Amino acid sequence: MNYHVNEKGYYGSFGGAWIPEMMFPNIDELRRRYIEIIESDAFRSEFENLLKDYAGRPSPLYYAARLSEHYSTRIYLKREDLNHTGSHKINNTIGQILLAEKLGKTRIIAETGAGQHGVATATVCALKGIKCVIYMGALDVSRQAPNVKKMKMLGAEVIPVYSGNQTLKDATNEAMRDWICHPDDTHYIIGSVVGPHPYPDMVARFQSVISKEMKLQLQEKTGNPNPTRIIACVGGGSNAAGAFYHYLENEEVELIGVEAAGKGIDSGETAATLLVGSPGVLHGSRTVLMQNEDGQVTEPYSVSAGLDYPGIGPLHAFLYERGRAKYISATDDEVMKAALLLTKKEGIIPALESAHALAALEKIEAGADDINVINLSGSGNKDMETYLKYFGF
Amino acid sequence: MQNRIDQLFEKKNKNILSVYFTAGFPGLDNTVKIICELQDNGVDLIEIGMPFSDPTADGPTLQYSNNIALKNGMSLRVLFKQLEDIREKVNIPLILMGYTNPVIQFGVEAFCTKCKETGIDGIILPDLPLEEYKQNYSELFNNYDLYNILLVSPNTRPERIVQIDSASKGFIYIVSSASTTGAGKKSEDFSIDYFQRLQGMRLKNPGLIGFGISDRATFENACNYAQGAIVGSAFIDALKQDSDFTGSIKKFVNKIRGMS
Ligand SMILES: Cc1ncc(COP(=O)(O)O)c(C=O)c1O
Repeated sequence: MNYHVNEKGYYGSFGGAWIPEMMFPNIDELRRRYIEIIESDAFRSEFENLLKDYAGRPSPLYYAARLSEHYSTRIYLKREDLNHTGSHKINNTIGQILLAEKLGKTRIIAETGAGQHGVATATVCALKGIKCVIYMGALDVSRQAPNVKKMKMLGAEVIPVYSGNQTLKDATNEAMRDWICHPDDTHYIIGSVVGPHPYPDMVARFQSVISKEMKLQLQEKTGNPNPTRIIACVGGGSNAAGAFYHYLENEEVELIGVEAAGKGIDSGETAATLLVGSPGVLHGSRTVLMQNEDGQVTEPYSVSAGLDYPGIGPLHAFLYERGRAKYISATDDEVMKAALLLTKKEGIIPALESAHALAALEKIEAGADDINVINLSGSGNKDMETYLKYFGF
Repeated sequence: MQNRIDQLFEKKNKNILSVYFTAGFPGLDNTVKIICELQDNGVDLIEIGMPFSDPTADGPTLQYSNNIALKNGMSLRVLFKQLEDIREKVNIPLILMGYTNPVIQFGVEAFCTKCKETGIDGIILPDLPLEEYKQNYSELFNNYDLYNILLVSPNTRPERIVQIDSASKGFIYIVSSASTTGAGKKSEDFSIDYFQRLQGMRLKNPGLIGFGISDRATFENACNYAQGAIVGSAFIDALKQDSDFTGSIKKFVNKIRGMS
């Protein structure tokens, strides 16, 4: 079974490029050129060098002994939190800034939820001396304040978005509008495996370094490149796509995506797109989204700004439909507990997003000899205020 | 019966005024009244906006009207109900304009059926690009004599303009400049080169220029380079300012036409 995008930009019936004509020239140029550019030797060596010397890759695969003991199974953490800027997002922004350079673009825009993608984008723009504009929902600007300050220090202009729920979806709308108005000089660095083709595939390729390293590291540590299962949180789905990528065709490896249940998938305050959504078109892609019976996109909710999105990448919609990956969800409270447990057992404070993947350990049946890899997508630095408030430290 | 859009362009090939409004704005039940007023004041063609939660090709004014319309309870079901008897009163072409997702959820064939029953002549879905349209929708739309109006923008390459022209019926929507919808542009902002390039291509379809047409000057300027122009955001702004909007519609149309 092939789980990769076809030449028309589809994963099964999901994907495509449902974009206004004003965006067509840029999307078409990307579509025609992305593979040729990112597979070129020059690009690859530049990309790999920056991942290594600038982002600090490979990220460690860490055997979490005390957490393993707690759950009576074997747990490895893929430490994306140790990357420069504190999450997996940097893998993609390094790739896209190099691509933008090759395309001759001089201005970068991006959307951000948790601010991790915004910081990772502002960072590579500083690295390359390119102008950077970040769109961020006004609610997220207030709940992820440290990241807003970082982006500003890095020289980015942060534009708060006041439409809708003032979160990630609205920031994405506004970034798309910006691109419509600035088609010539601007490249839009989308932060996840969402949006029109070729973004989902392009971002997945840049993130696939996660599972590429994982294979080598598992081989070295366990004598087998294949774990029993890989668990990753899913907002748009980029860290999960990267963690799953090199295992997609290897059906022996169980793949589990964890969505944000918010206050519960039946509470009306949730971001568990696959579990409560249905097929539709949003942000340039036919995928699964949260919507009412009239086709209006409904407002998601999650304590974690990075998962607070009513859509999901078309790859995940397809893996879900085919049953290749399993998707479960974790509530805000479960996530808080899981974050605290990792902190106490391993001395690692995870991002709220990544804590969703950790919460899955409560929900799965893992045997004592199973090898579980949790993709620890980011660090909890940005979430300290939320944690402090919740736990009342 | 010949599609009313074709009838219009057979009768008239310059200074065509098309007006867009968002169904459900300012009030849920204003739809029929606004359409009748626009017709009675000499508007040639009407684009009825189907509101959407995420209008990514629209500027602040239409984001606002979409948002209010949804809050007022507008949906495709409500809209088709309101338009049930519209053809007893209105004979100018009517076009629905909006985004693809609500149409998909309504059911594309059910949507086409309703359009036919209601007397809708065409549809504009900015996020339904040429490729998806040809592959999935053109046959169905043709079966129901529903004209799909495609957009071209200043960056659309000539060979693609030709493809769009050959897949289009009725007219081509010429986006005035690289921008989202929104009033407040000046004639100087338009790329005359691009308008002239289009004129020189001798396309089979007539064209109407839209996005940023807000007053008499921009309307007249656009009419120099196409069969007419489309006014949207500026009309929404006018509706916003006047609760007795019958007066404001007359005033607005006369102002654009230079008859005040
Ligand atoms: C640490 C972290 N993990 C996960 C995500 C969710 O994105 P994705 O599902 O694309 O990995 C974010 C997004 O901001 C994030 O910051």
